Amino acid sequence: MRIAMANRLTPYMFMAPAVLIMAIALMYPLGYMIWGSFREWNPSQTIGEAEFVGLKNYITLWGDPNFHESLVVTLKFAFFVVTLEMLIGVGLALLLDRNIRGMSILRTLFILPMMIAPVVVGLMWRYMYHPTIGTFNGFLDKLGLPRVDWLGEHALMSIIIADIWQWTPFIFILSLAALQSLPRSALEAARIDGATGWQQIWHIKLPLMMPVLIVTALLRLIDAFKVLEVILVMTEGGPGLSTEILALRISRTATEFRELGVAAAMSNYLLILLLFLTLGMFAFTRWQEARAARLNAMIQEEDS
Amino acid sequence: MAARQERQPVGFYAIIVALVFMSVGPVLLMLVNSFKLDVDILSGGTGLLFLPTIQNYETALCDILWYEIDHLDFCSLKFGGAFINSLIIALISTLLTLIIGCMAAYALVRFRFMGRDTVSMSTLMVRMVPPAVLLVPVFGLWNNEFCLDRDGLIGGMIRDTFGGRGDVCLAGTHSGIILIYVAMNLPFVIWILQSFIVQVPRSLEEAARVDGAGPFQVFFKIVLPLIKPGLAAAAIFTFRIAWNEYLLASALSDRDTRTVPILIVNNMSEFNVEWGVIMATGMLLAIPPIIFTLFASRQIITGMTAGAVKG
Repeated sequence: MRIAMANRLTPYMFMAPAVLIMAIALMYPLGYMIWGSFREWNPSQTIGEAEFVGLKNYITLWGDPNFHESLVVTLKFAFFVVTLEMLIGVGLALLLDRNIRGMSILRTLFILPMMIAPVVVGLMWRYMYHPTIGTFNGFLDKLGLPRVDWLGEHALMSIIIADIWQWTPFIFILSLAALQSLPRSALEAARIDGATGWQQIWHIKLPLMMPVLIVTALLRLIDAFKVLEVILVMTEGGPGLSTEILALRISRTATEFRELGVAAAMSNYLLILLLFLTLGMFAFTRWQEARAARLNAMIQEEDS
Repeated sequence: MAARQERQPVGFYAIIVALVFMSVGPVLLMLVNSFKLDVDILSGGTGLLFLPTIQNYETALCDILWYEIDHLDFCSLKFGGAFINSLIIALISTLLTLIIGCMAAYALVRFRFMGRDTVSMSTLMVRMVPPAVLLVPVFGLWNNEFCLDRDGLIGGMIRDTFGGRGDVCLAGTHSGIILIYVAMNLPFVIWILQSFIVQVPRSLEEAARVDGAGPFQVFFKIVLPLIKPGLAAAAIFTFRIAWNEYLLASALSDRDTRTVPILIVNNMSEFNVEWGVIMATGMLLAIPPIIFTLFASRQIITGMTAGAVKG
């Protein structure tokens, strides 16, 4: 009897620390934030002291053009970053999917940018984009081309380029792994049938890689909404509001303007947006996985 | 595959060289500049002709170098202290996350129990929460509610039970930052460790059980040693986040507990950027992750692909 009890309790004993910590430091805070978003709340108050104002914060934000602007900037940033990184990363993987010597050293060098602190990445790029001492304008000078105001009117493009530098390797490595685990027989068969390189990519490789590519894109999409430090260091959201992504706006509203209630409402809007994006991507994943499975089955049938 | 392998076109190598140059170039540029005087940096972009100096590093590490004690007051940048804070926070939170996360992952893989699916689902969902979203509640809670003198839920309970001093909040302590990092990293660690634990042969565990080992003995003596590569990967990712994180640390730390990223941002936003010193500080912050990458890139890639390719 005692042994039976112990067995039933074992999984809970293994789970308890994790559940406890996530409850105290993630779930409770998230609930607390939803609660706080209905209040006029500043950082020196406990939530009980803050005045309840109902949906006021949400309604204020809904009509706030600055909030709309950061929403648009955030979506633009996420869209361009994910699209361009997917295109470049998958393209490179297809190009470099060969057995060459030293590939593991190359991969080590490629993943270096991902491991460096976003704050440091921002600092490096801020230096390279510097209008007078920066590397890029130095190059342009040497080529006799006019200088570019990188962190001025082209600031959004510049932060997108910096993010591409840091995170394209992520997509490259994952696509390469996916490519190298494709069934050899399918590729062999296609080659014997006389498919050109392009046809192989388009009709065999890409469809079979699709499930991995979608998970990768989903991970990048979620991460694109987390980017903050790089932009903070490079442009501090400026010039104007042109690079003030939602995360930056939330942190500024909370710590500089000391309006925790408004910042909480903003965070909730962001969470809802992320939830929809994630669910949409999940549905798409299911559909694509089914398609890849069918393709796989077809190939195996042809083999036998 | 074999047919193409024999003749790699020149263009192919050109692309590889360009890629390596692009990904490593900015880091090298920072390294070079960290050995330049500000005069040299300001005089022009890419020049390689300069007299290397370690003055920037001396300025950055001023508070832990071998000079006289009274000199400490003149240090403009107290990097040493911040570096130690970063180390304490990153190492302790990594260790805690690994132990706790590994136990949870094991339970999720090996046992059927009530609430298993709920935990598993919410773990996945929590992964998408950006740190900026956590900022508001964590800032409020750590400063106002998780204190020993307020009548908040937990603070009040701790005070009533242990009779604390009455003015301590979690904000401004190492523990406060460690707690949020552990919580933030747990979902990810649980997620990638699951795919490693699944591969541990059940028969090994059952054999140990028959020999009379309890579930915790099985876990620590059989399972943990077998998933070392997974643990290494998880450790690197957790360390990387804890070491690099800025936003939550800046909201939760005070003068004595601030970490290196905060120091860098504070010095960047000043009107006159001292490029040389900033680059030296950046380099010092980048070195541990770079060393990890060079020595454990295999584990890093395994960890990355365990997340996406297998999951």
